[in-house]
Amino acid sequence: MATSLITYRECLKQAIREALQGDERVFLMGEDVGHYGGAFAVSKGLLQEFGPERIMDTPLSEAGFTGAGIGAALGGMRPIVEIMTINFSLLALDQIANNAATLLHMSGGQLNVPLVIRMSAGIGRQLAAQHSHSWEPLFAHLPGLRVLSVGTHEDARYMLAPALLDPDPVIIFEYTSMLNLEQELQPVEGGVDISKAKIRREGKDISIITYGTGVYKALEAAAELAAAGIEAEVVDLRVLRPLDDETILASVTKTSRAIIVEDASRSVSVSSEVSARITENCFYDLDAPVQRLCGAEVPIPYPKHLEDAAVPQPAQIVSAIKKLLQHA
Amino acid sequence: MLEYRMPSLGADMESGFLREWHVKPGDKIKKGDIIAEVETQKGIIDIEVFDDGTIGELLVQVDEKVPVGTLMAMIIPPGEDGEIKETPQKSAAPATTPTAAEEAWIATEPPPMAEKAAAAEHHVRASPLAKRIAEEKGIDIATIHGTGPEGAIIREDVEHAITARVAPVPEAPKEAAPAPPPASPPAPVAAEKPAPPAQAPAAPAEEEKARQATGASAETIRMAVAAAMSKSNREIPHYYLETRIDMRRAMAWLAETNKQRPVKERLLPAVLLLKAVAKALNEVPDLNAWWENGLQRKPAINIGYVVALRTGGIMVPAIHDADNKSLDELMQTLNDLIPRARALRLRSSELADSTITVTSLGEGGVETVFGVIYPPQVALVGFGGITDQPWTENGMLDVRPVLTATLAADHRATDGSTGSRFLTAIKNYLQQPEKL
Amino acid sequence: MAKKGTKTKTTAPLAPELAQKLLYQMLLIRRFEEKAAEMYTKTKIRGFLHLYIGEEAVAVGVMQALRPQDNVLGTYREHGHALVRGLEPNVIMAEMYGRQEGYCRGRGGSMHLFDAKRKFFGGNAIVAGHLALAVGLALADKKMQRNQLTCCFFGEGAMAEGAFHEAMNLAALWQVPVLFVCENNLYAMGTALRYTHAQTDLTLKGAAYGITAAAVDGMDLQAVMEAANTAAATVRKTGKPYFLVCNTYRFRAHSMFDAELYRDKAEVEEWKQRDPIPAFSNTLLQQQLLAEADLQALEARVNEEVQQAIDFAESCSWEPVEEMSRFTYSEKKT
Repeated sequence: MATSLITYRECLKQAIREALQGDERVFLMGEDVGHYGGAFAVSKGLLQEFGPERIMDTPLSEAGFTGAGIGAALGGMRPIVEIMTINFSLLALDQIANNAATLLHMSGGQLNVPLVIRMSAGIGRQLAAQHSHSWEPLFAHLPGLRVLSVGTHEDARYMLAPALLDPDPVIIFEYTSMLNLEQELQPVEGGVDISKAKIRREGKDISIITYGTGVYKALEAAAELAAAGIEAEVVDLRVLRPLDDETILASVTKTSRAIIVEDASRSVSVSSEVSARITENCFYDLDAPVQRLCGAEVPIPYPKHLEDAAVPQPAQIVSAIKKLLQHA
Repeated sequence: MLEYRMPSLGADMESGFLREWHVKPGDKIKKGDIIAEVETQKGIIDIEVFDDGTIGELLVQVDEKVPVGTLMAMIIPPGEDGEIKETPQKSAAPATTPTAAEEAWIATEPPPMAEKAAAAEHHVRASPLAKRIAEEKGIDIATIHGTGPEGAIIREDVEHAITARVAPVPEAPKEAAPAPPPASPPAPVAAEKPAPPAQAPAAPAEEEKARQATGASAETIRMAVAAAMSKSNREIPHYYLETRIDMRRAMAWLAETNKQRPVKERLLPAVLLLKAVAKALNEVPDLNAWWENGLQRKPAINIGYVVALRTGGIMVPAIHDADNKSLDELMQTLNDLIPRARALRLRSSELADSTITVTSLGEGGVETVFGVIYPPQVALVGFGGITDQPWTENGMLDVRPVLTATLAADHRATDGSTGSRFLTAIKNYLQQPEKL
Repeated sequence: MAKKGTKTKTTAPLAPELAQKLLYQMLLIRRFEEKAAEMYTKTKIRGFLHLYIGEEAVAVGVMQALRPQDNVLGTYREHGHALVRGLEPNVIMAEMYGRQEGYCRGRGGSMHLFDAKRKFFGGNAIVAGHLALAVGLALADKKMQRNQLTCCFFGEGAMAEGAFHEAMNLAALWQVPVLFVCENNLYAMGTALRYTHAQTDLTLKGAAYGITAAAVDGMDLQAVMEAANTAAATVRKTGKPYFLVCNTYRFRAHSMFDAELYRDKAEVEEWKQRDPIPAFSNTLLQQQLLAEADLQALEARVNEEVQQAIDFAESCSWEPVEEMSRFTYSEKKT
């Protein structure tokens, strides 16, 4: 198969374009997705290609258009709702938590909500406290949702299609700091499996369990560790709810050690949950306490050096693992 | 100020009774000094110190029950003010102070050790996996030294301990001579009547007493041997070399030397063999090594010497720095180690530090020993008995005292030519006993 | 654009069968809820129980203007709407009892009645949370070119929520066929309209978004019918939203546990003089569309149905605990 360099942004756009071409019921709506071309230029050109019925600019009404997305899904459509950034998602959280996540169960199985909500997340562009949130754990807390995190170009390109086939609401987190990253992309027939975590690199000495922006950081750290004779396995969670216990536990059982890396602040985070499950299920296979590298417990500050210091970097992953393995 | 804490000598050791302090505040101490005796379910264990310095304060009273991890003494490092300024807080800092940045991310700030020890008196610091392996293998890990985070025992420690506590069981002798019975007393190789060791080995009854006191059953020792040897045969591709050595000069020199010495200071042939091995290792350092992700040469030559227990099983204490010890010092070391090995009172470093093993089965009438290496070492030297045999030299047939030396070596680490150089070196050294 | 005022008199006689059906629906709501209140005190029904008693003319008057293919969304005070929409009293009561034979396997209870078959989308208990859903349902209909409307009921309390304003704006902006029905019963729980809205002429809030708005006396069934018919016809014809305010009053407390400190008993009594059920039945008697005997027969029929609902609910079973996780996610993938 031919490969070429492609940006994360282009992967996202191709995925949306393919979805619009493949299913008449699919439409994209959100703030500035049309005439502006998407706040991050992800949907640039799609309005011209598909028209205003399928690329719908919305007013600044996160609750309103997210709720409308839920209603349209109930009415037989397959909406892709774009919430410009995770920072504004709380304005829509009532709709997501009280309607999208509950309707199927509360109606005794009568009303499913086949809706995809995309939002960009994370820090890295010096946008300060109100525009740098890593709230994945918040959404991963809600039963009834499928919560996905796009940590690679492969997932940026191939996660949307299976998400749109899911009969239930799917939240997809994309990362603004990764939009311009170029990578080679291997074609994946039929989309990726959005029920499974994925081993991005095999290793025997420790499992680095991560998601989102942590995936490439972990791979970078693993390459450096390999030079020091440490074989780290990188587990990309990809699906933050429902968690893929099988893959996580198999990896940790194999390596006997785990470190969980995420940008979200540590308390009550995805890593809290993963750590607990490892300890609950693999206790007698652990040769070291489960470690976590998480975001600092602060509102994210504006200056670059503080922003960098607020989330784990590859160097910290390397040193934490060396410390754990070599007891330095 | 350095802290000295109750060591965990095994995964199932929760605490011990302090029976004796060998030091008092103000005493100068060196790394390796015995500073206390602690009674455990395994018996009385000498507790060694791991730092140089001066004893500052003793924080535990004799006959007190001391949970593992409890702060026992403060040690003033060399060059620091000897005055004791403050009693350390129970909540001692972790061993390494993380940087502020690390602190921000690393979740597992350990609770203070002393508190932890007090709160979990029945707890041993070992990883769950280490505990599980120990249990599955039937290994008593009470004497294991932890090298993991905060001194916890981890998988690697258990695996080392399995091999460090036992020596390889020599396999079937080459000749049809009967295998030594398990309870056969170990004895240094001797062609003549050897002078008795300065300190008599413990009598079987005493050994049994020690064994009962320590709770080390014949079965657990057997299981440990089984695990180590199985691992060796599973993982190590052995090769074997053998050579016959004319011992006439060596035995004559030994007889002459011993004639001039009081009985207590007489030497056994074993010390000549050990010294020859040590010097040969200096020439062929690849055999003084561990195989851990490749060949790891060891700077010190610590020869593990197999001591058979009278009631079955073996202990393999390390003779540290054998190449730097004189024959007299080697003899003293043997006199110290053998009875302590039989009483199961070896130090942890003596159990874990061997870089090669020497086994001598001459007493049982065996001529040739083909040993099983014990991992992670890469070589084992076997000596049979010294027997009078026909020998030709310069075309003349003679009868000489002859010793068969064998090498079992790890083919991942070295090749036959290396082993050959090593055995030849031993042979040559034994032709010049006066230079040993 | 707003048609102000509350017309109270309508005289056009109804067809006798329709008249009796409407009266029956109002009576069914009334007796069903009276029984529910009784069963609540006997702890057969738990949680919140919000009664619609006094407001029956609104649900009955609006719902007769709807077609089976239209979508209906209600609030947590939705027993009446469910009954008029045609949901079976037995199954509703079973749901209120929390039994698995209920519409939602007993999982929703009084506040969450759903029936996908009758396009009854709740039973929504976050105030104003369902307004955007209504807009979305109508948007889907518009995109799929289905000629049907979405009728969304809510109280005047919801109009202070941001979600109301977002939904109104979106509906007007996108020109989608939603009939917004505000049931103004004057109290948001216990806080009177004048304490919650700076502008108490509620129709202006629809008009502000360019949505045709009207108000009607919600105690007058025929007035509601007429207003609803006009509204529904407008929505169907234009495909645009319509905002209908029905001024009404609940006779009972907000929910069962309510001491009603916020209003005078005299006020309640005054409103009860305008009880839509006797008002309508008197009209029918006067117009000779109904005989006294018919009225008694209707009462007897309703009472029997309510008793049957109770008997049915009593006979129903609990969903096994092992089934609790079912339908957190769909069992069939599309």
